Amino acid sequence: MEVNKQSKEQHPIETMTDDPVIQEQVKRTIALAPLEKLLNQSRAHSIWPMTFGLACCAIEMMAAGGPRFDLARFGYEVFRPSPRQADVMIVAGTITKKMAPYIKRIYDQMPEPKWVMAMGSCAMSGGPFVDSYSVVPGTDKLVPVDVYVPGCPPRPDALTQGLLLLKDKIRDPKVVENEPWKAIK
Amino acid sequence: MESNQVMKQIKEKYQQVEILDNHLLVPETDIKAVMKELRDAYGYNVLSNETAVDYQEYFEVIYNICRVPEGDMINIKVKIDREKAEIPSVVDIWPSAGWQEREIFDLLGIRFTDHPDMRRILLEDDFEGHPLRRDFKWVGGRD
Repeated sequence: MEVNKQSKEQHPIETMTDDPVIQEQVKRTIALAPLEKLLNQSRAHSIWPMTFGLACCAIEMMAAGGPRFDLARFGYEVFRPSPRQADVMIVAGTITKKMAPYIKRIYDQMPEPKWVMAMGSCAMSGGPFVDSYSVVPGTDKLVPVDVYVPGCPPRPDALTQGLLLLKDKIRDPKVVENEPWKAIK
Repeated sequence: MESNQVMKQIKEKYQQVEILDNHLLVPETDIKAVMKELRDAYGYNVLSNETAVDYQEYFEVIYNICRVPEGDMINIKVKIDREKAEIPSVVDIWPSAGWQEREIFDLLGIRFTDHPDMRRILLEDDFEGHPLRRDFKWVGGRD
């Protein structure tokens, strides 16, 4: 079925009925949008992160979930212990080479749609351990990353900001190309 | 009995043992017998730490053992040849040596004979070299 675009001159409902009450109510209460956009809207407002703390960044992640910084304000407080129930994997900490296969495996176990956040300089690039024989230099060597949160470790506020940027990206994936300054800001 | 008296008695029994400031320097051939003696006759029932050092010319394996009722500790050092890098395991005397000896093998490449499970513990199984050796060179990381 072809949906006519809503124009100021004529709403599709006007071609179906002449009743002004129905016309007004339909115009007021019904909005047409692709289903994917609707789903993304709800996904973006209730991200379930996975508890995946690898090092000291995990402490800041826990603080973000606690009452003082209260991630629950934005709807992201449900930290899941299982990858099957999670939407976003917050990689919080240093990735050792021995841990790397499990990160890949946990990422594969998460159901689509899924996102990854690299929290802290270790997860972004290896951080101070980049030259070490046992550390993977960056999460993006293993799995695709959506949001990088810099800091060593980042404050809980920074993690919240990262999750809000992820929200923008989920609602409209094109924001990355169209408004890159949003992320840099 | 104080731990320095224990050290003197060990020295009397095993002639090749040397007493240096606060530790015993035991030759590699005697280590198993000395350890057994310390546990059975003197009651040193806990191996609290086992580690090793690379001194470029030789390796040194260090044992810190203590006895819980008296609460004192004795340090034992063993010099071993760098090329051969082999020493008898003490797992059958103190089972807690198991993982510590695996760690020493992993990082310094000292092989413990008679160890029941001599493989890497911290690094991945296909890692090449032993990173805490002085001549270990690591190339990689950033690209």
